[in-house]
Amino acid sequence: MRKGLIGILSAAVLAISGAAYAAGGSVEAPAQNWSFKGLFGTFDRGALQRGFQVYDEVCAACHSLRLVAYRNLMGIGLTEDQVKKIAASKTVMDGPNDEGEMFERPGKPSDRFVKPFPNQQAARAANNGAFPPDLSLMVKARVGGADYLYAVMTGYKDAPKGTEVPEGMSYNQYFPGHLIAMAAPLAEDGVEYADKTKATVDQMARDVTTFLAWTAEPELEDRKRIGIKVLLFLIILTGMLYAVKRKIWADLH
Amino acid sequence: MSKPEITNPIMKWVDDRLPVFTFMNHELHEYPTPKNLNYWWNFGSLAGIILVMMIVTGIVLAMHYTPHVNYAFESVERIMRDVNYGWLIRYVHMNGASAFFIVVYIHIFRGLYYGSYKAPRELLWMLGVVILLCMMATAFLGYVLPWGQMSFWGATVITNLFSAIPLVGEPIVTWLWGGFSVDNPTLNRFFSLHYLLPFVIVGVVVLHVVALHTHGSNNPVGIDTKGDDDQIPFHPYYTVKDLFGLGVFFVVFFWFVFYAPNYLGHPDNYVPADPLQTPPHIVPEWYFLPFYAILRSITFDIWFLEAKLLGVIAMFASIAVLFILPWLDRSPVRSARYRPLYRQFFWILIIDCIILGIVGANSPDDPVFSGAAWFQYIHLGIISTAYYFFHFLILLPLLSIFETPKPLPASINEPVLGGGGSSARPAGKPMEKA
Amino acid sequence: MASSAENTAAGHGEDGETRRDFLMLATGAFGAFGVGAAVWPLIDQMNPAADTLALSTIEVNLEPIQEGQRVAVKWRGVPVFITKRTPGQIKEARDADNADDLIDPERDADRVKKPEWLIVIGVCTHLGCIPLGSKQGDKKGEYKGWFCPCHGSHYDTSGRIRKGPAPKNLPVPEYTFLSDNLVKIG
Repeated sequence: MRKGLIGILSAAVLAISGAAYAAGGSVEAPAQNWSFKGLFGTFDRGALQRGFQVYDEVCAACHSLRLVAYRNLMGIGLTEDQVKKIAASKTVMDGPNDEGEMFERPGKPSDRFVKPFPNQQAARAANNGAFPPDLSLMVKARVGGADYLYAVMTGYKDAPKGTEVPEGMSYNQYFPGHLIAMAAPLAEDGVEYADKTKATVDQMARDVTTFLAWTAEPELEDRKRIGIKVLLFLIILTGMLYAVKRKIWADLH
Repeated sequence: MSKPEITNPIMKWVDDRLPVFTFMNHELHEYPTPKNLNYWWNFGSLAGIILVMMIVTGIVLAMHYTPHVNYAFESVERIMRDVNYGWLIRYVHMNGASAFFIVVYIHIFRGLYYGSYKAPRELLWMLGVVILLCMMATAFLGYVLPWGQMSFWGATVITNLFSAIPLVGEPIVTWLWGGFSVDNPTLNRFFSLHYLLPFVIVGVVVLHVVALHTHGSNNPVGIDTKGDDDQIPFHPYYTVKDLFGLGVFFVVFFWFVFYAPNYLGHPDNYVPADPLQTPPHIVPEWYFLPFYAILRSITFDIWFLEAKLLGVIAMFASIAVLFILPWLDRSPVRSARYRPLYRQFFWILIIDCIILGIVGANSPDDPVFSGAAWFQYIHLGIISTAYYFFHFLILLPLLSIFETPKPLPASINEPVLGGGGSSARPAGKPMEKA
Repeated sequence: MASSAENTAAGHGEDGETRRDFLMLATGAFGAFGVGAAVWPLIDQMNPAADTLALSTIEVNLEPIQEGQRVAVKWRGVPVFITKRTPGQIKEARDADNADDLIDPERDADRVKKPEWLIVIGVCTHLGCIPLGSKQGDKKGEYKGWFCPCHGSHYDTSGRIRKGPAPKNLPVPEYTFLSDNLVKIG
């Protein structure tokens, strides 16, 4: 009875969780290999830095990254000096000063990433009414996570015969509803990688997805590392507790 | 049992004036417990430990959280990114809620199987249902606090339900909201109540345990323990067994915390709340899905009662039937081990609850099986809801009258193997693996 | 009740007892370590968070500060007074190194890294008000440094308390010159 019940309950939990996302109409993104998946996953530093470059040169024109601060970039393997330089290359609004005016100054590591638009309305006005969402949590905010993001960025195709694509929209294989307001953002050699890697669409999509996986879960490496230690400890402790339990109950059996 | 002497002079001084040590010794150490409890009896103390874990992590999170619509989402992200170990504390609290419900659900089903709700434990059972209600309220309030899309829209849907109450419905909803929609006043008061309710739960848990200790625990055989042969002191036997069970639980729980922290959640809640955009599918957390299914299953009006109101009534009724369970099921036999018919229907009830959960997760007009478009989740929901009430309101009273139970053993000391009960077998091998 | 159960629970004899005791001790120790490891994050979370720490140091560009000019910058929530002292002010400060009315005797040379740059925390050591003297037209007190209006403490051109109820000199924060014109405070 016990095993059957555990089996039923596990199946139920999985069925319920899975079923909640079985919304009709969307194509499931194919699974990809990511360096950060699995028990021992880590972020590939090269991919993170290339991905940051893609974000900075392509995506940042429209998409904010407001939850990330420049100082966080030390987490993708950049040095403190590199981070200071990157921050200083951005212009940040500050103030009011003693005259009561807002003023601009170069960025500091403690500043959050500069937003491309001051507010949602300005963003919509510049993008045909569509709002380019903030990307800090995008990997956690979409069903399919990293696999989905990669699929969308590489999923721009010609619309199948008979499907009408309105003005200003593009056809995408994996975007729910297939019509996306963002034109294909990545083009071959769109970015000249600092580490000289060839910038194919596939490469850039992978790199920027890895970078966004990091912005969404900067604690991932710590989490998995500590997780292994905690689980190992608990398994051993539980084993010891079982032995103690058997010893204490021995006389009653 | 004579009161054991306290040797430590300081402890004795305190105990003579406020008998904490004598009390703890009596309730946790020598406290006589049936010797045949199986692992389904671990879940009560486990729930208590999880309650403490939730309160501790919750208080710590509250040190960093800001309950204002402009800051709530960001303050949670600050916890995740900047606060030392903030991500760990948040994930423990978030997954702890799910853990709390799964443990309590198992605890409840244990009670249903072994008849722990029957005399003289009716009040113990009803206090438990009160705890469940408080937990559901606490979880609902807590889920709103991160102010994601699901937080906001779940709050909107559920608070809107109260408008179904005739006459006073609308004013009640305005009063709950503190405005004309879910907004900052709502969030602020939800935070206050979310902080308060767990301590109310602690109070009810105390009453629950006092009620338990009045007559002692039930046991798998379901017959009263008679004297020393049937009982053992709680410490060290059940303290160590509970600790072992806690270890097993922690392995599973922390697996989720470290390796699948968002598996039981919904990605939409990582999108900041937008009152101007409704997500395509509003779903509550998994532990509310069966109730959500029951709520949506009433699609027809009856006389002047609107479908919306009937759905609300049905949802609350599904818990209300639990309250009156001791009077619905009047069979004098407690344990399902000796009630072969009841046992079958118990399993069907579990399957029914799981089906209700699956229905709650899906869109009502989606087909259940892709081939047959006419059979939709709403139909499955109506059937499962009807069966749920049938089980409690019709089946159980009938079983009380017509079921022939198996003969009960003379005492719990008699060997009982597997699921069957046979009488008068010579005492030999112990009853079961503990 | 308990007697038979307790006796049987007590073990099967010497050897069983010692083995069992070791197991219980080891398990207990292991468990205690786990509890400690679990408690640590609950305590550490109250320590300053990463964003707070990021603001715990500031870099100040000294170029725009003229000789004789004073500037107040915010650091860790309190003002820091940065003064580019004139040679006259430096001499005045050094001459007073052995004055009788030094309530908290300290040599000026021990309070600065470069004699022309005086950097002190602008919080009166009496009860925490912010002394006047950093802005144009502020009262500077009898010793031409700073004057605290709350209870009348007078500080000199080295930020030392000379008259009034304050017990200690204006504190000097930790700072480093990253270059001739850039100082990192904190």
